[in-house]
Amino acid sequence: MSHLPIMPVLVPMFVGALLLVLRGSLDMKRAMALLATLVQVLLASLLMVEASQGTQVYALGNWMPPFGIVLVVDRLSALLLLVTSILASGALLYAIRGDDAAGRNFHPLFQFQLMGINGAFLTGDLFNLFVFFEILLIASYALLLHGAGSARVRSGLHYLLLNLTGSALFLIAVGTLYGVTGTLNMADMALRVRELGADDAPLVGAAGMLLLVVFGLKTAFFPLYFWLPRAYAAASAPVGALFAIMTKVGLYSILRVYTLIFGAEAGPLADMAVGWLWPLALVTLGLGAIGALAASTLNALSAYLVVVSVGTLLAGVSLGTEQALSASLYYLMHSTWISGALFLLTGMLQRVRGPRFAARLVAGPALPHPMLLGGLFFLSAMAIAGMPPLSGFLGKLMLLGAVGSGREAAWLYPVVLGGGLLALIALSRAGSTLFWRHTDVAPSGEPLDGMRLAATLLLLMSSPALVVFAGPTLEYLNQTAAQLLEPQSYIDAVMSVAPATGGTP
Amino acid sequence: MELLYALALAVLTSCGIYLMLRARTFPVVVGLALLSYAVNLFLFATGRLAEAAPAVLGKAEVYADPLPQALVLTAIVIGFAMTAYALVLALRAQGELDSDHVDGKGDH
Repeated sequence: MSHLPIMPVLVPMFVGALLLVLRGSLDMKRAMALLATLVQVLLASLLMVEASQGTQVYALGNWMPPFGIVLVVDRLSALLLLVTSILASGALLYAIRGDDAAGRNFHPLFQFQLMGINGAFLTGDLFNLFVFFEILLIASYALLLHGAGSARVRSGLHYLLLNLTGSALFLIAVGTLYGVTGTLNMADMALRVRELGADDAPLVGAAGMLLLVVFGLKTAFFPLYFWLPRAYAAASAPVGALFAIMTKVGLYSILRVYTLIFGAEAGPLADMAVGWLWPLALVTLGLGAIGALAASTLNALSAYLVVVSVGTLLAGVSLGTEQALSASLYYLMHSTWISGALFLLTGMLQRVRGPRFAARLVAGPALPHPMLLGGLFFLSAMAIAGMPPLSGFLGKLMLLGAVGSGREAAWLYPVVLGGGLLALIALSRAGSTLFWRHTDVAPSGEPLDGMRLAATLLLLMSSPALVVFAGPTLEYLNQTAAQLLEPQSYIDAVMSVAPATGGTP
Repeated sequence: MELLYALALAVLTSCGIYLMLRARTFPVVVGLALLSYAVNLFLFATGRLAEAAPAVLGKAEVYADPLPQALVLTAIVIGFAMTAYALVLALRAQGELDSDHVDGKGDH
């Protein structure tokens, strides 16, 4: 049995723990953290290659499913691991130029957060998913407060209390599911849910909907997204960039649970979330776009654009066809990386404009390198608003192509296109204020930093790269979507694990 | 026993929710603690309630399902850490925002 699937959890765990106890210089810690993150990119790529040959199942401690905990690497998990590790590399490259020194223990927390995210993507056990959620949350509570400030304390308190309540709901849902089905292994639970009697179905259905509320809180869809703009706008730039993946953890859980456990074959509970997700997705998209229009800082604008992307993704997920899912996954890769880039760019502008103007959308001092910074902003705005020829356009085009021409299309077209238009207006207004209007005050900001620029560029270049390599990417994504809609292969892979016999290193 | 247990859970949960809606940091933290007690008891009950049934093989005729007990242990540890963190953050908010309202508003 190959031990590769557990590595994305072990590497950040040990490096994080080591960074916590080590008393070396900050430079050494930076090097270690960066190395660990780059190793995770490598691990994710290797797992992606393995997953395209077939679903990999890793039984922890050689305890057989359904009793032991399993890690499952299918195409979706591997893809999200890669998205996370590349985003984290960009955020960390940015952070090591000074943001990590604003408070203690940035690097251990960053690694623990990665461990939680990676674990949540890998685990095949519902309670284990809860544990990894808690790990990533407790690291994110501390990261959100990194560098302090009263806005961060206030939004941190909201974020913490909301998520604690969410955790309580998660436990109630998991407890109910265990009480009825007698298992926590997701594949085994899927089998039990299919054979559910008429008496138990409503109870399991209630637990399933409770799970949707919990995942909705993490994904931040309407009416559970109100914490997000405040929290993300208050976070420091690299933390905001890393948080771009957090909503996708919730989305991944929705995809996993409602295709596997409550999928098309779940008897009386088949596809029970779809009817709810569709209207919620559209409302989220619309409200996010309106919020973006009303944002008074670039941070808040970027945060609302995250909400818009959540709505778009959710619309694709609730359509549920293979084409729509693969369009959604493409849009997920694009929106995660570009939102990350936008947060990093915001952080850079904040530093260049000085503390007085920061990222507020008011005329400030003339910027150094206006062409370079303005060009970067233009590029990221085009990408995130979905203008051709960048990846956002391609993602939206595929999503609109997947909806067909029925009543759903009549809803989706105006909302997606209208949302795009509002985002474009908000972004062009922000851009023209930031780059074209100047007051006569003396510039008080810092000079531009090369490494921060490189980090932003790294994430931003993913958009043209996603367009250029759209062929191979889509080929992988189409098969991912097909695999998601075929949960039997996942179940078979998990249930047919044979114990590893001694002698393996 | 089931009725008593369910009533206890109901009282704990409703007190927890009431306190959480008070929008002051201290009642909210106490409310969260009550809610997590209720959740832990609920998790324990998912293994079915029974008397004289230890979660060890061979000690008695009937044995209890050990998994919910393991889950409760995990949930207690996590809940304890989170409550402690919430308290520290609430104190910090009190110092920084000069108010114990969860929105940091000075409405007194």
